[in-house]
Amino acid sequence: MYTARLFAALLLAVVCLATQEEYDNDILEEGITLTDSQYGSLWPLPQKVQMSTVVFKLSGASFQIVDAKESSSGASCSLLQNAYRRYFEYIFPSARKQGHVKKKTPASAVSELQVWITSADTECDGFPNVTSDESYQLSVDSPVSVLKASTVWGALRGLETFSQLVYEGEYGAKSINRTEISDFPRFAHRGVLLDTSRHFLPIKVILANLEAMAWNKFNVFHWHIVDDPSFPYLSRTFPQLSQQGAFHPYTHVYTPSDVKMIIEFARLRGIRVVPEFDTPGHTQSWGKGQKDLLTPCYSGASPSGSFGPVNPILNTTYEFMSMFFKEVSTVFPDAYIHLGGDEVDFNCWKSNPDIQKFMEQQGFGTDYSKLESLYIQRILDIVSSTNKHYLIWQEVFDNGVKMKADTVIHVWKGNQQQYQDEMSRVTASGYQVLLSTPWYLNRISYGQDWQATYKADPQDFNGTDAQKKLVVGGEACLWGEYVDATNLTPRLWPRASAVAERLWSDKDVRDLNDAYSRLAQHRCRMVQRGIPAEPLFSGYCAYEYKGV
Amino acid sequence: HINSIVFLLLFIMLSYYLCSFIVLIMFFSLPAVNAVWPMPQLISSSTDRYPLSPRQFIFQYASGSSAKSGCSVIDSAFKRYFPLIFVDYLKKTEKHMYRTFSMQPMLNVYASIHLSFPFSVVDKLSVSSGQASLRAKTVWGALRGNKTIHIRHYFVNKTEIDDFPRFKFRGLLLDTSRHYLPLPAILKTLDAMSYNKFNVFHWHIVDDPSFPYQSSTFPGLSSKGAFHPSTHVYSQTDVSRVISHARLRGIRVLPEFDSPGHTQSWGKGQPGLLTSCYKGSVPSGTFGPVNPAMSSSYQFISRLFKEVASVFPDPYIHLGGDEVDFTCWKSNPEVRGFMQKMGFGTDYTKLESYYMENIINLTKTLNKTSIVWQDVFDNHEKIPEETVLHIWKGSPAQIQQELSDITLAGYRVILSAPWYINHIAYGQDWTTYYNVQPLNFTGSEQQKSLVIGGEVCMWGEYVDATNLSPRLWPRASAAAERLWSDEKTTSSVTDAFPRLTDFRCRLLRRGIQAEPLFVGHCRHEYEGI
Repeated sequence: MYTARLFAALLLAVVCLATQEEYDNDILEEGITLTDSQYGSLWPLPQKVQMSTVVFKLSGASFQIVDAKESSSGASCSLLQNAYRRYFEYIFPSARKQGHVKKKTPASAVSELQVWITSADTECDGFPNVTSDESYQLSVDSPVSVLKASTVWGALRGLETFSQLVYEGEYGAKSINRTEISDFPRFAHRGVLLDTSRHFLPIKVILANLEAMAWNKFNVFHWHIVDDPSFPYLSRTFPQLSQQGAFHPYTHVYTPSDVKMIIEFARLRGIRVVPEFDTPGHTQSWGKGQKDLLTPCYSGASPSGSFGPVNPILNTTYEFMSMFFKEVSTVFPDAYIHLGGDEVDFNCWKSNPDIQKFMEQQGFGTDYSKLESLYIQRILDIVSSTNKHYLIWQEVFDNGVKMKADTVIHVWKGNQQQYQDEMSRVTASGYQVLLSTPWYLNRISYGQDWQATYKADPQDFNGTDAQKKLVVGGEACLWGEYVDATNLTPRLWPRASAVAERLWSDKDVRDLNDAYSRLAQHRCRMVQRGIPAEPLFSGYCAYEYKGV
Repeated sequence: HINSIVFLLLFIMLSYYLCSFIVLIMFFSLPAVNAVWPMPQLISSSTDRYPLSPRQFIFQYASGSSAKSGCSVIDSAFKRYFPLIFVDYLKKTEKHMYRTFSMQPMLNVYASIHLSFPFSVVDKLSVSSGQASLRAKTVWGALRGNKTIHIRHYFVNKTEIDDFPRFKFRGLLLDTSRHYLPLPAILKTLDAMSYNKFNVFHWHIVDDPSFPYQSSTFPGLSSKGAFHPSTHVYSQTDVSRVISHARLRGIRVLPEFDSPGHTQSWGKGQPGLLTSCYKGSVPSGTFGPVNPAMSSSYQFISRLFKEVASVFPDPYIHLGGDEVDFTCWKSNPEVRGFMQKMGFGTDYTKLESYYMENIINLTKTLNKTSIVWQDVFDNHEKIPEETVLHIWKGSPAQIQQELSDITLAGYRVILSAPWYINHIAYGQDWTTYYNVQPLNFTGSEQQKSLVIGGEVCMWGEYVDATNLSPRLWPRASAAAERLWSDEKTTSSVTDAFPRLTDFRCRLLRRGIQAEPLFVGHCRHEYEGI
């Protein structure tokens, strides 16, 4: 019914293209013809799906998600036990748990989903990382369905897929088709960047979006936690950074326990938390709580009173950074830290006589990118000494800084031609690369802009197979100039879902009509689960957003 | 309180710039004093301020007021605005604040209201030591003034305001056909509208995609034409709830039943209403606009509008009349026969005119005045002179021309073309809505006076309850100030920015999900997701 109604709505949307704004029709009509996808509401589309027309029923009173007997995981794995409960509630939103009284199940019903972890090390208590195995096999049959995965990470992805296969049949009964799925991600790094410096995002908003990320099989939360406007990260070593640099020292900060909660919430959903502490530019807010960290800018012969990037010529700078990154490396368990390194403005450095002198001593001439390189080099050394790997924005590569071979370069600039050339160059140099340029979702426009997002492919560039393999994935970025808790969620979803499918599904999954049908249903599912995901076009969801 | 008004009159002539200068100074003192949005016609604020005690502050009707206790509009406004002024009064955790204030010499500030002379909206608000008074000729003016008392954290500045709207018609359109908007979303929008001094809710209730209005005369229209016959409809109870919620906030509800185009959803519950399109000599199975050749069409519209006229108390009905596609009419042999009979030749605009003329006259017999989209004027139909034209399309030059032409012909006009805020763009697009000059067209004073106002339109292709509020606010607030305030004192985007930034935080504090203008923060961020 759910599907059928939606289908009717989509048909209607086609009929009704005559809109109030006649001049917008070109946007609306971009070749989309609406038919139901044979893959129902699956999003992102699994690598291999075989769906039969045989339909089974699921009953809230009898259905259970349980550990398979053969599974290496058991009741002690709270990550999975939590996930079972979560997904049971997604499948049966209104079912009250009345203890499991096992009723007789009709012959054509699925009474159990058995989750079978095959690897001896389930990784239940660990953190996901870039090499985590997220593959799984799902076999939906009556009376028992089986989800097989080598680790808990694959099981989490498979549970999501299972929940997406369930639909409301006639008379509201939960139904599922006999299905065989074999699935794995195309890319290992599938991220969403949120910016908590330009606007502070309350914990609740971050958690809700981590939840939505899991529904879209994203696995990296890139936390752009500090920047020029504010420093909400409460550092135990340097508490004055947020005391002075946050919008408000108590209401607009992330305490150590907040950070811990976010990391654990993410872990339970198979999501890594990669923090970004961007330097030497984008650090105005750092300067408020840490005297002498930033370069004093000069107007003629005297200081102007304003400050530029981090001062790269003082030993105190590196002492500060060593202590600071030592703390960061223990607070954030992920193997990677994002070090930023983008958009360094040289004007202030140029104006400062001490820096001019230093440039002379080092024999840099007037090439300030050499000074930048010197700074970055030392930061990379500091971070390496904490046993962390790093991600870095593309400028650092462009400026020729020497980096460890396992550094990941994050491409964010240029038009299509330019970013594809950059991907070529980075991979030709043997570095791993992450793409974000086509996925700056803070940039909004009128109409169905998810289509352009969906069409971009991170492996579309000139290069050998070996080069293509160096693409670890991509990230949807939601920069915070115009975004806070009031509009973040509907702006991100379902637009980021388009990125999610590009990064998870096979590269040949590109049919816009099929995608529209599945995505419209996927967004209604997100709405039903409580996330205000905005509509793709005219139409309706059986359960509209109620959180006004 | 009359004495104090005299005392404060000195400030009235201060220029806007001095005024915002004072506001800025206060911005850096604690607690911050917020600027008013939209800007009143005349305001003078002094740096003197008085503490307000929520335990002693009262609203009361002044002894000379013609409205007395028992006036539902004002009584409920008192009740609504008290917690908006004393935001944390009911929260135990902030009790210590009152103690701090009671240390200071307590001044008993109260607001009193004078009401006289109905049918005009002019308000006068003065706040001074010991008391505040608000004079308005009608209850509607009193509502606007109530909102204007800019009190925050229990301080109020010595202020004198004399205020009235620049335009009488300050509307906002919501489209409940392309997406269904649940009732709470509509009520919340009405709340936010009142904070912005909007006074017309243009309810584009039905259109091609769905027919959510549950008609008592023709229940089939929504049972067949709504997205869902029971979850995606507005019952008569819902509609009257919207109307009374709006009334208490001084907002009119203007329903739009757009025809003859934009009626696909009508056809489902009313067979024979729409024109059957032909492919060659056989019906193709698809349908076009309302069939203007059948007398049954007019009988149906007449009965439907009779119901609409009694359900919606406003003296105006919006009849639509936009974007009529002639292809289907042209294909239909009956319609072609009718054209011939009427001597229209092949000019289908004449057929459209014939239809519109009929339903405008029909509306007139119900004692309602028609508002129609500009297309009706453009196609040179004979329109009764009291009809209001609604401009929705064109480049800036075309809009100016249209304003000239319509007012020259003597018709009243509402402007919407520059305020299609469903069209989103990256960055601070509120400035374009702010910079609109509605009277900037070639025409006499007489012509300019025919521009009765403007309306912000939020069409629903990409908007439903998930994203409506942040997309509306504070972008619509920019238009609100343009329609209420004096253009000369509100011409600078730079001056407006800090006030609007502040106003959006206040909307947030009042529970309206208003998005940020740019980087920064509000003391109390949005608590939902």
